[in-house]
Parts: sequence; structure tokens; C-alpha cells
Amino acid sequence: MTSSRKLHAKTFPLLVLVPVFSALGNVLLGKGMRSVGEIHHMSFSTLAVYLPKILSTVWIWLGIGSLLLFYVSYLLVLSWADYSYVLPVTATGYVLAPVLAHFLLGEVVPGTRWVGAAFIFLGVALVGRTPPTTTGQG
Amino acid sequence: MRTFLFLAIVVLSGTGADIAWTHAMKRNGEVKNFAPRALLGVFRRVLQSGWMWLGTALGALAFFALLAVLSWAKVSFVVPATAANYIVGGFGAKFLLKERVSKTRWAGMLLVAAGVALVCAAR
Repeated sequence: MTSSRKLHAKTFPLLVLVPVFSALGNVLLGKGMRSVGEIHHMSFSTLAVYLPKILSTVWIWLGIGSLLLFYVSYLLVLSWADYSYVLPVTATGYVLAPVLAHFLLGEVVPGTRWVGAAFIFLGVALVGRTPPTTTGQG
Repeated sequence: MRTFLFLAIVVLSGTGADIAWTHAMKRNGEVKNFAPRALLGVFRRVLQSGWMWLGTALGALAFFALLAVLSWAKVSFVVPATAANYIVGGFGAKFLLKERVSKTRWAGMLLVAAGVALVCAAR
């Protein structure tokens, strides 16, 4: 395998994992916080009541775990790939959201959101045509 | 005016955090061994880097500035506006990280920024 193909082969899986772990983490945290209940006002006494509830919710810990994996994957790929390559390519999470909302949840997705998703898709395709690293590392 | 000032803090410190983290990871060198023990070693080393902690402080500043601006400005304005991250990030990568940002990559980043703004603005 050439070094360029090797580089793409190890970059691609992480570029998929970054938006997936990020989106999953946010969804799990959202689910966890909904099961805790709405917090109406912020004070130390409210925090004392809600914190044990939050910390005993499995979804919250799964969300934190997922976000931790997001940070690990993000930092690992940045150890060799350009920031100007990783940043736009990991925006694919924004494309995933309307697609999943439409096909899995049956939500009506506004046209503007589909246009935005198409822009992101085209942008990622363009950035994907450039080499993952231009600084001589990798 | 206050909204734009806080949005600028969100975008600049958020991008600054990413740039500092990228610099810390690049200084440590390309990760080639993905075994759990080797990865623990990588993160033990980068956590000793001042750049990593600078990135974390800037990330925290961006997060709290976002929370603050969301307390008075509309989410439908604030979240799409943070798509400016993609443009500011391009300049940061070019001038601070010395990456070669080609015209194709700029075009891609502009499309992504416009796309993220549209996705987030849609109601």
C-alpha cells in the first residue's frame, strides 16, 4: 500500500467516528436530561437535588462516554491530518441529522435543511479531494 | 452589539481551542500505534503540554460565552452564526498552523459553512 493510501485508510475511519460519537453523545445526554426532568431555576439547592439524579442516570454516563470517544478520535486524527481538512469533513454530522430524522423518525424536514445538507455534502466532497496533510507530517 | 461581541468570543475562542489542540497533537507526533496502552501514553504526554491546557481553557471560554449569548439572543440566529467557525478555522490553519489551504479546500469550507448555517437556520 502506498503511503498516501495508507494515510487515507487510517484517516477515513476516524473521520466517520468523530461526527457519529459527537451526535450520539448529544442525543444520549439529551435523553438522560429529559429523564431527569426539567430544571426550572439554577441555584445551589436545585443543583444539590438534581446532581445525584443526573449522576445516577445511565444515559448521562453513556453520553459522557460517547463524547469522550469523540474527543479521543478527534485528537488522534489531528495528530497527522490538517485541521483545515478535519474541520469541514467532520461536518457530515449535520447531513446525518436530517437524513436520520426523515427516514427513522418520519419527521418532516424543511427544504432549506435539505439544501444545507446538499451544500455540506458538496463541500466535504471538495475538501476530500485535497490531501489530508500538507505540513509534511503523516 | 453585545450579541456580536459574544458571538466573536464564541467563534474566536472555539477556533483557538481547536488550533491549540491541533498544535499539541502535532508536536507530540503522528499516532501510529493504536493499542490501548500506547494511546494512554500519547494522552499522558499531551496532557503535560501547555497547548493542551490553553485549548481546554479557550474551549471552556467558548462554551460559557455561548451559554451567555443564548440567554438573550435567539437560538435560530446564534447557532447558524457559529458556522463562521469554518471560515475562521481556515485562516487559523493557514496562518497559525502553516497548513497549505488550496483554493479547492477554501471552496469546500465555504460550502460547508453555508450548508451548516442553512441546516441550523431552517425551522
